Amino acid sequence: MKQAEIVVVGAGPAGLSAAAAAAQAGAQVLVIDENAEPGGQLFKQIHKFFGASEHRAGQRGVDIGHELLEEVEGLGVEVVLDASVWGIYDGSTVAVASQEYSWRVKADRIVLATGATENGLSFRGWTLPGVMGAGCAQTMMNVHRVLPGQRVVMVGSGNVGLIVAYQLLQAGAEVVAVVDALPRVGGYPVHAAKIARAGVQIYTSYSVKEADGDECVEKVTIWRVDDRWQGVPGSEIELDADTVTLAVGLSPMAELAWVAGCRFLHIPELGGHVPVHSAYMETTVPGIYVAGDVSGVEEASCAMEEGRLAGLWAASAAGRLSVAAAVAAAAPHEASLARLRSGPFGAAARGGKLAMDGRRDEAWGQTLTRGGA
Amino acid sequence: MNERRIEIHPILGLRPERRQVTIHFGDRPLPAYEGEPIAAALLAAGIRVFRKTSKRGEPRQLFCGIGRCTDCVMIVDDLPGVRTCVTPVRDGMRVEEQDGRGRWERERGGGEP
Amino acid sequence: MSILEDGYFTLEEVLALPGCPSSEAMRGRRVAVVECGHELPCNPCETACKAGALTVGTPITNVPKIDAACCDGCGICMVDCPGLAIFILDLTRDDGRAELWLPYEFLPLPEMGEAVLLRDRAGSVVGEGQVTKVRQAKRFDRTAVVQVLVPEELAMTARAIALRR
Repeated sequence: MKQAEIVVVGAGPAGLSAAAAAAQAGAQVLVIDENAEPGGQLFKQIHKFFGASEHRAGQRGVDIGHELLEEVEGLGVEVVLDASVWGIYDGSTVAVASQEYSWRVKADRIVLATGATENGLSFRGWTLPGVMGAGCAQTMMNVHRVLPGQRVVMVGSGNVGLIVAYQLLQAGAEVVAVVDALPRVGGYPVHAAKIARAGVQIYTSYSVKEADGDECVEKVTIWRVDDRWQGVPGSEIELDADTVTLAVGLSPMAELAWVAGCRFLHIPELGGHVPVHSAYMETTVPGIYVAGDVSGVEEASCAMEEGRLAGLWAASAAGRLSVAAAVAAAAPHEASLARLRSGPFGAAARGGKLAMDGRRDEAWGQTLTRGGA
Repeated sequence: MNERRIEIHPILGLRPERRQVTIHFGDRPLPAYEGEPIAAALLAAGIRVFRKTSKRGEPRQLFCGIGRCTDCVMIVDDLPGVRTCVTPVRDGMRVEEQDGRGRWERERGGGEP
Repeated sequence: MSILEDGYFTLEEVLALPGCPSSEAMRGRRVAVVECGHELPCNPCETACKAGALTVGTPITNVPKIDAACCDGCGICMVDCPGLAIFILDLTRDDGRAELWLPYEFLPLPEMGEAVLLRDRAGSVVGEGQVTKVRQAKRFDRTAVVQVLVPEELAMTARAIALRR
């Protein structure tokens, strides 16, 4: 069986950052990703990132991605692509399926950096061709260079909705409307301002009533929602659109943590069911760490900082870094995370991670129905 | 190639040079670029229905675009259930609208697939 | 604040922002107008400013403040702002027009001399302008700078262009 000191599952921003930090500490690292290309969602982020200048703010996600990949390759980390991790046994045996065969690797420590998946939203016609996740539209435009549609209604005005709406304009599509059931825009106001001045209409307290069309979206009807989220008859607005992109939240893809026996908590502010983890990014199964959206949905910048933390703590536990050295190495990343999570827009994530701390006993008290620690 | 393809992008620049190939959607030959996923070539060609559901024959196309949800599956070279958003095109590839779960047309030495 | 319901500031809200120079300052020199009014963890504008005119400080969620007397209107803050929330205004002309610099990330780029439509923060067309220069530089990292002459009375209203083609 193949051996690896540290196996990182997922080559997105969190996974690559974890690999870099662990390799820098001298650990032997293997990264496994089910996609044909590394980078996760990072290479699709063609906008300039926020945060502190000292920590890559102002750089486009796609460029940060290339630098991260170069760093990882330069450190001699092995990256296996087109390989799907489907099981974790005894907290250390990682089972993988490549195209033609299955294989296993024995790991001293495992970092799960598997990201999150886009949520759906049901309304009449939501299954029609033309209704897709906002991330799907972003992938088609920014990776495959194809317009997913030409007249788009964006559902959700969080940062994903606002940013992808702007990217749709950059790609040459028309954004007919941005719709949000909440009475306020959810993402950064400056993102909303960029698209508003380009002529995009933002409807707050509105939701999609239905998408209509013979075999694909041809018309989208939105309506105002009251304070009980009910559509108000008579408030319908018909929009000429061929595409509806859903930016209604992400949920951690934590199946591997589940099958490995990690304990979970349901924390809505973090995206739903999240594997309980400490400030060292370790789950309730010793030797298994989490980083990035799988540990709570935030942004790429947070994913990279958490990845560094998980990587260096996993390397330390594997004997590559003394605790004192790890504490020193972790400090700037913890400071960065605190900065990224500060302010009113970081309140949800802050609250979510704090809730995890406060409810740790609750998680330990749970009876597991499957898997095992 | 057509107006759905983004030849030049304000941030990403020019579309990288790639060899052109031909895939077949039913009896329609479609231009595609080597290495791109089947779904991208179909989107570029304006194809909106990828499959019909088993029970009610309802049309489906894409949802996640990254190989997780299986909304985009089609019959590719006689094999049903192929995720078109993550499967790269090959010259001469045959892609068909999938009806429900599709049928296994291939025979391997006369035995079960 | 209206930006949270509608997605854009009103003019009154912008004029009250710490990043908005006083009207006297705006008449004196080419100057930056920083239309950023919320506590976002972000400080590239402060880092970009070599003249020390922009302050964010600590915590980095502070709303940026401008000391217009120090600002030389170079525009680097405008190009570096991840939110594309900064504009450069030159109200020192005496021909009834102001020159507005916009960060621009669309294609096609306008051409020098081109007549363009002007949109306000809400996206409504409010008038017409004339492009005087379009600048691109490696340092700008793919954010182009479009300089456009606008009627003076629209200097604090026009915030985007739309090509007529």
